[in-house]
Amino acid sequence: MSDNLVLEAKSVSKFFGTITALQNVDLHLNKGEVLGVVGDNGAGKSTLMKVLSGLYKPSEGSLFFDKEKVTLNSPRDSQNLGLEMVYQDLALAGNLPIGDNIFLGREPTRKVGPFNFLDHKKRKQLTEEHLAKLKINVKSADQKVEELSGGQRQAVAIARATAFNAKIVLMDEPTAALAVKEVGKVLDLILNLKKLGVSVIVISHRMDDIFTVCDRVMALFQGTNFAESELKNTSRDEVIGWIMGKKD
Amino acid sequence: MDHGEKRLMDKNQESLFVRLIPFFERYGILLLILIMIAVLHLLQPDVFLSWRNVTNIFKQVSWQSMLALGVFMVIVTAGIDLSVGSIIMLSLMGLAIASKAGMPWYVVMLVAPAIGFLCGMFNGIGITLLRMPHPFIMTLGTLYIFRGIGNLISGGVPITGFAEQIRVIGNGKIKLDVFFGEGAREYIPTSLILMIVIFFIFWVFLNHTRIGKWIYAIGGNPGAARAAGINVDRILIVVYTLCGFLAGIGGLILAGRTNSAYPNAGLQSELDAIAAVIIGGASFFGGRGTVLGVFAGVMIMGILRNGLNLMNVSVFWQQVLIGSIIILAVYIDVLRRQLATRT
Ligand SMILES: Nc1ncnc2c1ncn2[C@@H]1O[C@H](COP(=O)(O)OP(=O)(O)OP(=O)(O)O)[C@@H](O)[C@H]1O
Ligand SMILES: [Mg+2]
Repeated sequence: MSDNLVLEAKSVSKFFGTITALQNVDLHLNKGEVLGVVGDNGAGKSTLMKVLSGLYKPSEGSLFFDKEKVTLNSPRDSQNLGLEMVYQDLALAGNLPIGDNIFLGREPTRKVGPFNFLDHKKRKQLTEEHLAKLKINVKSADQKVEELSGGQRQAVAIARATAFNAKIVLMDEPTAALAVKEVGKVLDLILNLKKLGVSVIVISHRMDDIFTVCDRVMALFQGTNFAESELKNTSRDEVIGWIMGKKD
Repeated sequence: MDHGEKRLMDKNQESLFVRLIPFFERYGILLLILIMIAVLHLLQPDVFLSWRNVTNIFKQVSWQSMLALGVFMVIVTAGIDLSVGSIIMLSLMGLAIASKAGMPWYVVMLVAPAIGFLCGMFNGIGITLLRMPHPFIMTLGTLYIFRGIGNLISGGVPITGFAEQIRVIGNGKIKLDVFFGEGAREYIPTSLILMIVIFFIFWVFLNHTRIGKWIYAIGGNPGAARAAGINVDRILIVVYTLCGFLAGIGGLILAGRTNSAYPNAGLQSELDAIAAVIIGGASFFGGRGTVLGVFAGVMIMGILRNGLNLMNVSVFWQQVLIGSIIILAVYIDVLRRQLATRT
């Protein structure tokens, strides 16, 4: 198992002033594995993901990508290591079109003399191809994100995280805003990523999500590791108990 | 005609109307300019569209447009720069002192943009690294600081008389003898050419480069920009520095136009710049607006002032009118948005 380790966090703590959001949290993720992270509101799930993506710097502890210790100074660093994240608050710019959001920070360009200009045509083409591949229905790739429904926005955020052949994808409550049919699509997508050998971490409050896609589940409680198990060795009732801080 | 056909026709009419909305959104402001020109031409048929008057308008707006363009970029990031009027004065004073010190003209010429650049960078660094809670506060401070320094280095008195090479930029004329015959009085102001070139460069920058895209993204959602790995602070420093740089160019143009540096140069011109940007359709909350819109906003302010002057309307009434136009322009924008998102 440890031969396949792609991502590891050791003893990570994160403080916001007087608030302790995470205290000595450990996490590991294997190649092609889907890990579910559960916990009550405010348990520190999102904070842990943001530490892994480089948006937050851990106050203490260290991160390992492919067993090598790394320091992430920005999400750009984790992207370069093959990690993408779907943020809970979506992190899209509503004033920009879908395609601009998917490629934000990594826009295709073309060289004209010494200058690099945006390649609008290529971005549009890549966007349309990618949306078609994920079976995401929108009027046009040029539609502004603020004109989309909540579910469509969620789809764009996921499209953004899967457009660059990531090795690791983190999804913070990817199904929270979705109708039943859309939830199914997201879960299918996660299983698809797994088939491709991509490692996924999913945060969800829905037991259906966890028990459909995950190989393993870990629970955080008030910023600490609380429990963890292979999915086959646990039950919904037990996991729900963990979320509420109950363990036999 | 039966019911079905009639419904179809209604639908076609509606869709024509709906299809016109984006057209107005994009070109409505140019339509407004055309209407203003037509009205003023009817009121002042001999003067308003004369070569002399039109070039006058362009010479007047050329330095103001530099401020507006810089402030526009800042407003796109959901920021504000109140200090541009003081930057223009400080860079003008710096230029005058360099000129009086007998430096060669090509050095003198660089002084104003260089000072503007540094002032803008100072704003940008203050806003990002010092974690000022809002750009309003930092640039309100530098509004006083920069003008104060300008008066300190000049002793608070005007400095006049610059080399011919300096004056060319704000006051130069490109003769049109080729078209109008030997010795014709028609000409194109150098500053107009400079303005068009700079607006074009910044249009390319904002619409066709990655940094330009990031500037809009920061205005739309700085959190999203950060999550996308964009160094938001660095981009903001670039934006404020460019804004100061443009104000410095404005100072250079003004030097040529007035042939003098004076303590009140650019006083309150930051407000004119903000007004032009808002009239031009940019959102004060960031992320929205176009370079063409800024150009239109600057022209509307310029044409309005010029027209009112021609008709001998008192300065006091001009103030009332310009203020009303700002409110009206934004109100039309509110109505338009309601129309676009009608249910
Ligand atoms: N930027 C921040 N500044 C200060 N405190 C924060 C910040 N982000 C998170 N916190 C605090 O850290 C704790 C953990 O928050 P986090 O968002 O990680 O919870 P979560 O497990 O994702 O909850 P939810 O299920 O509601 O999304 C909370 O007490 C929260 O108030
Ligand atoms: Mg969360």
